[in-house]
Amino acid sequence: MNTATPTRQGVRVTVRGLRRSFDGQPVLKGLNFEVERGEIFVVMGPSGSGKSVLLKHIIGLETPDAGEILIEGESIQSPGVMDKYRMAMVFQSGALFNSLTVGENVGLYLTEHQLKSPDEIARIVKEKLEIVGLKGQEDRYPSDLSGGMKKRVAIARALVIEPQLILYDEPTSELDPVIAATIGEEILKLNRRIHVTSIVVTHDRDLAFGIADRIALMNDGQILAVGPPEELKNNPHPRIQEFLTAKFNHNMERTSL
Amino acid sequence: MFQNIGELLVLFWRTLQALPQTWRQRRKVYDQLFEIGNASLLMACILSLFIGGVIALQTGPLLAERGLATLIGSVVGNSMCKELAPVMMSILIAGRIGSAMAAEIGSMRVYQEIDALRTMNINPVHYLVLPRLVAISCALPILVIFSIQVGWMGGALVSVFNDRIGVSFTAFFNNLRETVDLAKIMNGLFKSFVFAVVIGTVSCHQGLQTIGGPRGIGRSVTKAVVNSIVLILILDYFVTRFLMYFD
Repeated sequence: MNTATPTRQGVRVTVRGLRRSFDGQPVLKGLNFEVERGEIFVVMGPSGSGKSVLLKHIIGLETPDAGEILIEGESIQSPGVMDKYRMAMVFQSGALFNSLTVGENVGLYLTEHQLKSPDEIARIVKEKLEIVGLKGQEDRYPSDLSGGMKKRVAIARALVIEPQLILYDEPTSELDPVIAATIGEEILKLNRRIHVTSIVVTHDRDLAFGIADRIALMNDGQILAVGPPEELKNNPHPRIQEFLTAKFNHNMERTSL
Repeated sequence: MFQNIGELLVLFWRTLQALPQTWRQRRKVYDQLFEIGNASLLMACILSLFIGGVIALQTGPLLAERGLATLIGSVVGNSMCKELAPVMMSILIAGRIGSAMAAEIGSMRVYQEIDALRTMNINPVHYLVLPRLVAISCALPILVIFSIQVGWMGGALVSVFNDRIGVSFTAFFNNLRETVDLAKIMNGLFKSFVFAVVIGTVSCHQGLQTIGGPRGIGRSVTKAVVNSIVLILILDYFVTRFLMYFD
């Protein structure tokens, strides 16, 4: 989110007593958790539980009613903190600019901040697209891409920032299982390669248990449990078990017309 | 309403503060200029030709009945450059370009592209509003210059070929030259510049305020066009009154 000198080190994120309401309706009801440097922290939960709102608070797009978010112990509300650490977010829809080519989208951060020469930007764009398996796609427009490709372009755009913290909002939603698995692998590879701290919001159980170092399960604006995947699987909380083991019921009674 | 006006003024002030960034955003300014000129020039010319023609048609016979037909050049010349070209072109641009600006920025807001800009520390005012406001503020006065000239031509054609007026080209333009000077043309251009700032600010503001899905975008577009036109017509009176001090 800034132009600081790149380092290959993730950051520690602490969320303390985070509360937020919209039109008097509480959405976040006092969240507390900590994400370690270089960790893949997955926030799971049903739709409408406040996961995406939480991400928007961490990246500074929303301001909390109460509580604070600390990065390396410094509140993101303090002046200059958001400029000090490099953060990127991969949006659920990709949020690519339809009027720009893939290459222009990926290089936008460098171009707008005039951080590199055009040749250097072209080289970096090529390199980042190669990392996400989209070599040679620079000149295509987002409208020509599939959902999975758009997500990967969004990841490449985030990588250009050389982030210390990446936030992923539903990275596998609307994707088929094969592409979803590829995206999961990309998140894992990036984490191993550049030791970036990753916070992934999802309700995809396969993705969460496949990549997470720790998982937080959210429900109705609160965190029910935080822990490694195995620990969470064995958590006896009925709401957690209901979410983790939900299956299609074949034996339900048919209603007669 | 007061909240809206306050937000508009804040957005305008932020855009003014961003003016030193214009050179960095020059490519987007050129793109917007091309967009405005390309989308509007032909329509502006057609509209102006008929506006000039209809003024001549309405006033010419009345003047001719009183033996003042030669004054038609003055009537068409003044009304085109001081009032009709700036106001009509501004309304046309509010409909064509203001709506496009509100729709484009509105859809960027709905589909989280503006959030994406903010996460990359790119100021949406610098990236989206500034180029559009600069481009429309340059393009509208240029369109008005075209409009004035084409309107005069429209008025002249009707004055010459309508039997009830029957004034020659030479008489029409001689009379026009006697009463229309550079100050009056500048008067119209100043008005159009003010209206351009209004259209750009209102449309970008509506786009940035968009919430909801496609219906929200539609609402923003409608509000952008309606608010722009209402403000143009209200401001037209006050700007005219202000400019009278310099006549």
